[in-house]
Amino acid sequence: MDAIISLFNAAVVFGTVIMFGAIGEIIAEKSGSLNLGVPGIMYLGGIAGLVGAFFYESSVDEPNRLVCVIIAVLCCFAVSFLGGLIFSFLTITLRANQNVTGLTLTIFGSGVANFFGGSLNKLAGGVGQISVSATSSAFRHGIPGLKSIGGGIGQMFFSYGFLVYIAIASAVLLSIYLKRTRQGLALGAVGENPGAADAAGINVTKYKYLATCFGAAISGFGGLFYVMDYTKGTWANDGTIEALGWLAVALVIFATWKPYNTIWGSYLFGILYWAFFYISGLTRSSQELFKMLPYIVTIIVLVAVSMRKKKENQPPEALGLSYFREER
Amino acid sequence: MKGNAIELIDITKRFGEVVANHKVNMVVRKGEILSLLGENGSGKTTLMNMLSGIYFPDEGQILLDGQEIVIRSPEDAFRYGIGMIHQHFKLVDVYTAAQNIILGIPGKFMLNKKEIYKDIRELTEKYGFEIDLDKKIYEMSVSEKQTVEIVKMLYRGANILILDEPTAVLTPQETDRLFGVLRNMKKDGKAVIIITHKLQEVLELSDRVAVLRKGEYIGTVETKDATELSLTEMMVGKKVSLNIGRTEPVNRKKLINIEHLTCLNKEGVKALDDVSFEIYGGEILGIAGIAGAGQKELLESIAGLQKSEEGSSILYKAIDNNDEIQLVGRSVNDIKNLGISLAFVPEDRLGMGLVGNMGMIGNMMLRSYNEGKSFFTEKKAPAELAERIKNRLDVATPSINTPVRKLSGGNVQKVLVGREIALAPRVLMTAYAVRGLDINTSYTIYNILSEEKEKGVAVVYVGEDLDVLIELCDRILVLCGGRVSGIVDARTTTKEEVGMLMTKLKGEEE
Amino acid sequence: MDEKKHVQKVPLVRLSKRTSIERWKAWTIRGVALLAALIVCGFVITAIVHLNPIQVYKAMWNGTFGSSRRLWITMRDMSLLLLVGVALAPVFKMKFWNLGGEGQLLMGGCATAAVMLYLTDLPAPVLFICMIAASMVAGAVWGLIPAFFKAKFNTNEVLFTLMMNYVAIQLTAFCVSKWENPYGSNTVGIINAQGRQGWMPEIQGAAPLITVVIVLLIAVAMFVYMKRSKQGYEIAVVGDSENTARYAGISVSKVIIRTMIISGAICGLTGFLCVSASSHTISTAIGDGRGFTAIIVAWLAKFNTIGMVAISLLLVFLNNGAVEIASQFNLNDYASQMITGIILFFIIGCEFFINYKLTFSGKQKEE
Repeated sequence: MDAIISLFNAAVVFGTVIMFGAIGEIIAEKSGSLNLGVPGIMYLGGIAGLVGAFFYESSVDEPNRLVCVIIAVLCCFAVSFLGGLIFSFLTITLRANQNVTGLTLTIFGSGVANFFGGSLNKLAGGVGQISVSATSSAFRHGIPGLKSIGGGIGQMFFSYGFLVYIAIASAVLLSIYLKRTRQGLALGAVGENPGAADAAGINVTKYKYLATCFGAAISGFGGLFYVMDYTKGTWANDGTIEALGWLAVALVIFATWKPYNTIWGSYLFGILYWAFFYISGLTRSSQELFKMLPYIVTIIVLVAVSMRKKKENQPPEALGLSYFREER
Repeated sequence: MKGNAIELIDITKRFGEVVANHKVNMVVRKGEILSLLGENGSGKTTLMNMLSGIYFPDEGQILLDGQEIVIRSPEDAFRYGIGMIHQHFKLVDVYTAAQNIILGIPGKFMLNKKEIYKDIRELTEKYGFEIDLDKKIYEMSVSEKQTVEIVKMLYRGANILILDEPTAVLTPQETDRLFGVLRNMKKDGKAVIIITHKLQEVLELSDRVAVLRKGEYIGTVETKDATELSLTEMMVGKKVSLNIGRTEPVNRKKLINIEHLTCLNKEGVKALDDVSFEIYGGEILGIAGIAGAGQKELLESIAGLQKSEEGSSILYKAIDNNDEIQLVGRSVNDIKNLGISLAFVPEDRLGMGLVGNMGMIGNMMLRSYNEGKSFFTEKKAPAELAERIKNRLDVATPSINTPVRKLSGGNVQKVLVGREIALAPRVLMTAYAVRGLDINTSYTIYNILSEEKEKGVAVVYVGEDLDVLIELCDRILVLCGGRVSGIVDARTTTKEEVGMLMTKLKGEEE
Repeated sequence: MDEKKHVQKVPLVRLSKRTSIERWKAWTIRGVALLAALIVCGFVITAIVHLNPIQVYKAMWNGTFGSSRRLWITMRDMSLLLLVGVALAPVFKMKFWNLGGEGQLLMGGCATAAVMLYLTDLPAPVLFICMIAASMVAGAVWGLIPAFFKAKFNTNEVLFTLMMNYVAIQLTAFCVSKWENPYGSNTVGIINAQGRQGWMPEIQGAAPLITVVIVLLIAVAMFVYMKRSKQGYEIAVVGDSENTARYAGISVSKVIIRTMIISGAICGLTGFLCVSASSHTISTAIGDGRGFTAIIVAWLAKFNTIGMVAISLLLVFLNNGAVEIASQFNLNDYASQMITGIILFFIIGCEFFINYKLTFSGKQKEE
């Protein structure tokens, strides 16, 4: 039982990182922007939150935990949004190729994040690792009261930091937004058939910009959550965020572009990824094979969807294409 | 109520070097149906796209109710009450009819399905539409999609409705129903513009006719004063008797015998249904029919590009030894390897017949690159061929290396036709070979086809202009909904007869 | 009719597609973009290290070309990057997005390492043939899988090849822990450090010479293949229009599969070079992100071989230069990725001004 709870805990924490990434990417892809810069944006979001919190914590003696959270969240949002803006400007206004731009953004984001993550303490004149313990503990605080419910319930469902619940809430809200609102309908149309959306009087450029930038901002929270919760307020130049970023892209496919599916999909990825830890008798090498499972499962879903050809499960029709009205 | 809904003043639009519209003036009144008439490529759609906000004019003014307006986007167009139904529907496939209808309309943040459905139903009942609001677009027939488009425009309060070739894809019954709806709208005080090149429909439906020719405005006439002849004259300029020199077929020889040919299109619908006929060397066989009646599938079946169903047979009779070869089930390469020389000028010139990004040389290689055992391509012969075609057909190109997509439509066609006849074919199939071409180039093409016929080649000419079909061809096969509705002698038939066959099958109703 | 309905606003800037542009204009635009990028990077560097940017670029120059050893390393890095670009260009030309170069390279590297470890005792020429063959087969298989599904079911190759990278990374991690030496280090260590079996020989002390020569030979061969061979012609036709290919009797799926096998095999061969000629070990880092960077190289160079050489050189210069700066100023060398990113953004963005023409309202020019 304890093993199951702790596997579930690990899966939820792991899953939340990629769920944020995937939700943001779904918004962008719904508008036709295949933003392969998600890993880069998660890097940017993570480092921005960390740097913000770091400067706040080192400038006051008794950091206020609420202020810590607000600063980290705002920094993360703003910088990830900017990352999305770079991508949008290049691909939407300048009509650059999305794949190339996205990959460049990933290179850029990983460079910026690891550079500052690795040398921030030096630049700031300090020594040793950066650590933002106050902010991190604020982020990891479970739900008071509920988390101590016995029988494992509290531990299983209420012991996580608030971002875990925000991720689930965002998935639900996004799903409602896409299905039940006018804007959501318009957004989907832009990604499916920008020509039709344009002819229906929808401002294609505006929707693509907003979706890509807000999508990026949400993806960025994946990075923030990783830094604050997963690595407990420290920075490691080990490339994990990038790997998780690509898993987020995988999760979008796995979820067939439906936000609800990202909730269980992300936890499933987490379970698949961590399962090795709870199966006794595995060698370290076979553990590496287990970590492959989320990608393999995604490939299987991708192939299955293309074989079944069900219209509703396909990628948005205009995904990856730029739109020029006077094309002839 | 009466008055001018829209006025266009000196509208000019260029695409690169091409002038699509040159100083066009036009007036649309409220409560009328105006036909915008012109041949393919005369700039009708471009002109209307400037009203619907797709294109922005380079020069000129647009007046709405006498005041100048600027239409920068479809959103602007809707604000001014202008709605256009494009030939290729602008619908989102995975959405339902209702979702498409309300798409992009400002309103409450959350969608209220009940309310929206009620609003739409009111509208559909008023004009007499039948529509299933929950059906997804990709499950719909063409006519259903068109209905969705029209309702979509009315729902956003369009007072000026533009329809681009609305009947091209409809059955006669569906056309009648559409016309009924359009008349209802006219009664309602709305202005309707219908882009078409079908004279019969113009006369039946519209109040006035505006004519464009090669991007220029020719004039507007009251329909009641117009006849097919007078409109044709306006459309094509001075009255042209086509005067295509047609020779009597000599030495007619059966080359291909097609029996029970049936095939399905991408959607799994029968595009050809039990088609049987013969193709003879030394004659031009015309193929007539409304767009999408199976012409494309027919030619592609013969060319080895289209799979056909069980029981279909296309027998090719070799000249030298009278062997009969079954073409069904054979690929393009199989047919070539059997030594059957089959030339094919497809409808989509740059998208199928040619490689747009290559020059003439590269395009000459398309048919021959694979000859010989060498791993490498041979460029000398194609270069010589390119030069020959350039000189013989007068292809206007800066160099034989200039990518053909940069050439004008007529020159593109010359490159394609030139290459195909260089194959010294036994069978030459052409689809809409003169579409969008100027008169001179068209005649060049007619002459080439006639020459080939005199050489004993079996020429198949799929066309849309009935006058040309009747003057150029020896026999005309008429397709209707994928079936042969008749084969007539081009020398004795009339336009009316062919036109009738195009819309109904023999033995049906009457 | 309310007032608002007739607000007059002509769009400020109007766009149209260029049909053609003179070559010098295009290169001027690219040059200006590069210059602008270098200036921006200069500011960024100055802001971080408080140094005159010109000095910084000088230090970068030294770091890249400063000594013959450095020059050789630069040449080697450039060659490896170029080789992946050469592998990717034909599939891109076919409009097939192979984003799986990194995975194909890693698989080639794993296969090479496996041969080095298990067949150590073979005579050198046989050993090399086995290494090369194994690496190319491994890369080709990794390319074949997504190509097969694309050809058969039209499965989205962008996402498929991307996922294959991570399967390959995990597979490499698996190999590393299988072969780790010494036990517990989680690295493979230098393979055959004693006998140097399977190590690419050094010629006159210039270790990367053979690598550079091999890459140049393959680049030339690929250039000829694309321009002169029948298969290259087929690739160009498929890339232009699949319908035209069908019309000409070209089997699109066959061309996709064949080209991806070639592409994967060359990526695999790059993995062989990485292992045999430079790192002499296997880890998930031997690719050094070249599989991704080369995508940008191939795309920006419009698949032109000379262009790919130039862009590879630029990127390697930036990378190695930044590493130099980092070590001089005691910063970490991720700065190079940041600078690379900025410069690429500029180069990517400037293509717009080559492909489109802007017309400002008010200035009506007759042409």
